[in-house]
Amino acid sequence: MNVHEYQGKEILRKFGVATPRGVPCFSVAEADAAARQLGGKVWVVKAQIHAGGRGKGGGVKVAKSLQEVHDFASKILGMTLVTHQTGPQGRLVRRLLVEEGADIRKELYVGMVVDRGTQRVTLMASSEGGMEIEEVAATHPEKIHKVAIDPSAGLTDAQADDVARKIGVPEASIAQARKFMHGLYSAFVECDASLAEINPLIITGTGDVLALDAKLNFDSNALFRHPEIVAMRDLDEEDAAEIEASKYDLSYISLGGNIGCLVNGAGLAMATMDTIKLFGAEPANFLDVGGGATTQKVTEAFKLMLKNPAVKGILVNIFGGIMRCDTIAEGVIAAAKEVKLNVPLVVRMRGTNEELGKKALKDSGLPIISADNMADAAKKIVAAVSGKQGRPS
Amino acid sequence: MSILIDKNTRVMTQGITGKTGAFHTRLCRDYANGKAAFVAGVNPGKAGENFEGIPIYGTVREAKQQTGATVSVIYVPPPFAAGAIDEAVDAGLDLVICITEGVPVRDMVATRNRMRGKKTLLVGPNCPGVITPDEIKIGIMPGHIHKKGRIGVVSRSGTLTYEAVGQLMDLGLGQSTCVGIGGDPVNGLKHVDVMRMFNDDPETDAVIMVGEIGGDDEETCARWVKANMKKPVVGFIAGVTAPPGKRMGHAGAIISGGKGTATEKLAVMEECGIKVTRNPAEMAMLLKSVL
Repeated sequence: MNVHEYQGKEILRKFGVATPRGVPCFSVAEADAAARQLGGKVWVVKAQIHAGGRGKGGGVKVAKSLQEVHDFASKILGMTLVTHQTGPQGRLVRRLLVEEGADIRKELYVGMVVDRGTQRVTLMASSEGGMEIEEVAATHPEKIHKVAIDPSAGLTDAQADDVARKIGVPEASIAQARKFMHGLYSAFVECDASLAEINPLIITGTGDVLALDAKLNFDSNALFRHPEIVAMRDLDEEDAAEIEASKYDLSYISLGGNIGCLVNGAGLAMATMDTIKLFGAEPANFLDVGGGATTQKVTEAFKLMLKNPAVKGILVNIFGGIMRCDTIAEGVIAAAKEVKLNVPLVVRMRGTNEELGKKALKDSGLPIISADNMADAAKKIVAAVSGKQGRPS
Repeated sequence: MSILIDKNTRVMTQGITGKTGAFHTRLCRDYANGKAAFVAGVNPGKAGENFEGIPIYGTVREAKQQTGATVSVIYVPPPFAAGAIDEAVDAGLDLVICITEGVPVRDMVATRNRMRGKKTLLVGPNCPGVITPDEIKIGIMPGHIHKKGRIGVVSRSGTLTYEAVGQLMDLGLGQSTCVGIGGDPVNGLKHVDVMRMFNDDPETDAVIMVGEIGGDDEETCARWVKANMKKPVVGFIAGVTAPPGKRMGHAGAIISGGKGTATEKLAVMEECGIKVTRNPAEMAMLLKSVL
């Protein structure tokens, strides 16, 4: 789960990580009030969306007067912000963060992830703040310093100080950097984060160490112990179809193509998408119905796929294990009838009660195209879709 | 022979009385030598009772002492799964297979850290389990799609493993052991660990390795294969079409920071002499071509 920058900073402050003072705002009037309340002479007006690259897209502006705060807030709130992470359709800005301006002397990078290789939380730091860290990793890997943190000992002072020196934190600010990194590690572990990125971490003219930006992601498997983080969820930032899917315990991800796929198991679902692409078309979605697919679940899955106007055909690929093919076939038949299916449907079934399932599909009288294996299924749906432009309405 | 488990393995089930644990314990007991193999259940609240004739003990240690079971399979709910693994490790079991899906990563980081220097091996969490066909099945895979043979299968995904097995069966090829290592980012045995075991197993002739996007376990395994493997290996990686930054079902199936793409993994595997296919319908055919 993702949160906004201002929410991430709220969490970090609780763990002693210093940030500039700021106020989240949902209207221009709130932005005006926030700037007056913060005082000072320089403010930063920042679009709050769950995507990076906001500055380049015009979603972050430095204001040098209250009038400028007003003007920037008016312009950014309600704009559709396009960044390299939003896709070409962009994202509507509904929230702002108004912060006091900071006197930036140095921009650095500090991040944390769970490293799969060492199976530990890993601190990553670089002198190259403000840049995409992937770019730094590709061009100057020697400028990224990594520390695998022993979970029983935690981040030690020596490790924190060493990393701080390596990325160019001035000697006078080392103690603050140490406190910063300890705070970040505590927040990461105690909140079950899966990713934390402070880019940039800044050193101010007075030597203070601040998080100028904050990106936090959380392990969705651990949200049961963090109701306060769940409360920060912003559904406006999530795909409507994915939210709908989660209500029925379906794992669904919208993609750009025109062939809907319904599969049991995440690996098989990805493999099915790959096969569609291999035969010249693009999948419209990833959809894993999971192990215990009921008729209701399959019906909801069909509804979900068909809500996407781009879908011109559906491929169902089931490997019946504990879940029997005939049960799935009943679900597919009921779903096709309920949604009055009017796009080509190819079904490939394998495994437990395969013959019964195939017979049920055949006897249903529905125009279901049966396939023997994954490649055959993909070929058939790609052919059916390319032979039929558009969906009759 | 086989790897990890065989007909002489004795198993306890942690979470035997829950819905999933009860259902799958029945199926496992009914498979091949399951009746002799599944000798104990563990539930601190139901010690002294039994599950359809299988005695239930209060602790893993007691179940081990009383029955001689050296392997455990875990179905307990996600908040308690890491604790269940810890208990099995502390009791000195040889192997723990954790089926539970949705275990918090932080819990697994702590558990894996506790396991350093201990002898216990872990498969999973979030995995289908391990089967040595016609001898023993420990986990949630459908037993009847398998048969005994000489092909090893190692995979991060459940149904995609069944798919590979189904294809092998179409070509008349049985399996020595099939290991589902699971789809979580922090887990027990990796591809490379299982590959080593297959290499040492005189009854395995060749291996199908099925991977997914995310991490670099497949690359690590491929490099090991290049340097050490004496048997042919073929592979498939799911997720060529997966978009970056999106978690594809499994917690570990995510391309992050531009790393862990399927294309990258396939390239490394090919460089290391593993025959790969981009068509998942051809996994077994490819394997047959290298025998």
